[in-house]
Amino acid sequence: MATVKFGVVVFPGSNCDHDAYHAVKHVLGADATFLWHKDSDLAGVDVVILPGGFSYGDYLRCGAISRFSPIMKEVIRHAGRGGHVIGICNGFQILTESGLLPGALLRNRALDFVCKQVHLRVENTGTAFSNQYAPGQVIAIPVAHGEGNFYTDQDTLARIEDNGQVVFRYAEADGTISEAANPNGSLHNIAGIVNAQGNVLGMMPHPERVVESLLGSADGRGVFASLVHAISGVVPALS
Amino acid sequence: MFKAIITVKLRPSILDPEGKAIAHALQSLEFDTLSDVRVGKLIELQVAGNDRAAAEAAVDEACRKLLANTVMEDYTFELHEA
Repeated sequence: MATVKFGVVVFPGSNCDHDAYHAVKHVLGADATFLWHKDSDLAGVDVVILPGGFSYGDYLRCGAISRFSPIMKEVIRHAGRGGHVIGICNGFQILTESGLLPGALLRNRALDFVCKQVHLRVENTGTAFSNQYAPGQVIAIPVAHGEGNFYTDQDTLARIEDNGQVVFRYAEADGTISEAANPNGSLHNIAGIVNAQGNVLGMMPHPERVVESLLGSADGRGVFASLVHAISGVVPALS
Repeated sequence: MFKAIITVKLRPSILDPEGKAIAHALQSLEFDTLSDVRVGKLIELQVAGNDRAAAEAAVDEACRKLLANTVMEDYTFELHEA
């Protein structure tokens, strides 16, 4: 079996980089390496992970400065070639700032930093990031952000809905989509989207924090297992 | 040499929860004539050279590329000879 290689980008201020590395390397058994923000070489990785954190102190806007770091030129090139990229939390913000994903992440509706467990309904299982979930499956996963309120103009919103680009939506535990289940005011309860080509995913919740039952939930490992399956054709064994 | 004063604000169509929170505080202080608070950023920077048109073009490009995210923000700027 060909081993899938993940690269976790480290910006000054990243703080979920080691969690992401642990998830893919130690839990999934994939190959993994860190990529420094000043590097201009992706070291041959199949998947780039832009981790959570506060890159460049969130100065100006979340993700606005990191988007111009040397590694991001390569990440944009990788995505343009059809390579897989996943941005989690701050990584999602970087992807919208860099234009790899539509929309923007505004300040949470209630202004609070929200740090809690939420439920997501899996809306599209046909992507490289969600093929190991069942349609409509509800997963438990944490969010931790101050700027996660997904916004876009109405035309773009209609387009991403029509294209099936919404992969995850904030939901109740039974899968009902409601305002009460929306932690930040995101339009249409959107928690995660892919680009039109389907090779770039951004999501505010943290799948890398829920990959081991021992730590409360393994519901997030499906995101990484889906990538391994999409690239190598192999379904990673459950640990 | 010019000094640019750039204002970046959320687009009018976007709810500004920070502005709303400040408006509530003003109301509780009984500033009855004040309303519709919008919060933005003010950025000052120096522009080298004496060509006003070139300075405007440079600042405008900087706003579009970095200083504002036009998906959610509008920007305006003034140039003052420094």
